[in-house]
Amino acid sequence: MGMAAAEWKFHVLAVDDSLVDRKLIERLLQKSSCQVTTVDSGYKALEFLGLRQGIESNDPTALSTSPQEVEVNLIITDYCMPGMTGYDLLKKLKESSVFKNIPVVIMSSENVPARISRCLEEGAEEFFLKPVRLADLNKLKPHMMRTKLKNQKLEEIENGTEAVEPEIKGSEDMGIKILPLQSELEPKQVHLQVVKQEEETLSNNKRKSMEEGLSTDRPLPRLEGGIATAV
Amino acid sequence: MELAQMQKSLQDYTKSLFLEGVLDSQFLQLQQLQDESNPDFVSQVVTLFFQDSDRILNDLSLSLDQQVVDFKKVDPHVHQLKGSSSSIGAQRVKNACVVFRSFCEQQNVEACHRCLQQVKQEYYLVKNRLETLFKLEQQIVASGGMIPAMELGF
Repeated sequence: MGMAAAEWKFHVLAVDDSLVDRKLIERLLQKSSCQVTTVDSGYKALEFLGLRQGIESNDPTALSTSPQEVEVNLIITDYCMPGMTGYDLLKKLKESSVFKNIPVVIMSSENVPARISRCLEEGAEEFFLKPVRLADLNKLKPHMMRTKLKNQKLEEIENGTEAVEPEIKGSEDMGIKILPLQSELEPKQVHLQVVKQEEETLSNNKRKSMEEGLSTDRPLPRLEGGIATAV
Repeated sequence: MELAQMQKSLQDYTKSLFLEGVLDSQFLQLQQLQDESNPDFVSQVVTLFFQDSDRILNDLSLSLDQQVVDFKKVDPHVHQLKGSSSSIGAQRVKNACVVFRSFCEQQNVEACHRCLQQVKQEYYLVKNRLETLFKLEQQIVASGGMIPAMELGF
């Protein structure tokens, strides 16, 4: 059939100056079946992408010697970083004709509405509040599916095995904020989201007396029976 | 000690950390990221947290001991510690950092010194507790047992 689906992985470039957070986002992304590259600054991110010193190279030989061997499908970056902030990086990427179409996600530990809207206005796809959780990464699934299908289609064209396929809606049509994920989610992912809500309720009601127990053991299917009653 | 007893001890110990507010639900998130392919994930991240925090607390002590305290240097350190403690679920360290930052904003040197002591106290507490937790886990694994799943009944 050509390139096996198992070989291709959605490649995310994660940018964060915090060592702990880099480790965390790397694991979160791996758990979500992504290939991950982590860097500790916006400068390193641009370097990895081949945009040396923030200046896009028009020299084709320069691009061929760039460290980037694998295509980057999404960039997720911390907002607060010394030197180049996540917002600065976002701007540079959107100014680049080569990279402006790579979706960018901003992460921040601070819930500042003005900051969030500024990032979204500048073209960020999503804004995640830290600490980022597995359930948050479900918002990336539409991007992953779209890229995967696009690659498959490109391959079919190359192989001459192209079939007629229904139009795939782009994320632009779906809007930035809330995506219709419920219908797309597998049961496990629904439980992940509910677990997050459960845990937030748990930490709020920490001192309440015992009610229904909430088991958090893996795999998650064990929660299926408990969710409805644990609220 | 019998395996079942060790497992029960671990569960009770972990539960107590949540009840005392030393750890919050983010720690559970870390545990969920651990699996057969990454069996040491939690201890790896926590170790990074310890290394990072030791360095930050050292820098903070130095910064606050200066004749003239440069809050532009102090605040980013506290922000960083707040972030990493939040990421691993060290709730009381995080909360102490939040208080610390508000005094940084007020440029209150004396209060900041007290805050640093408070942060250090909470940090050494969670460090001690987590090291104990990992030891308990190691004992169980060494005895051929499995780490019991977290049962939260509160």
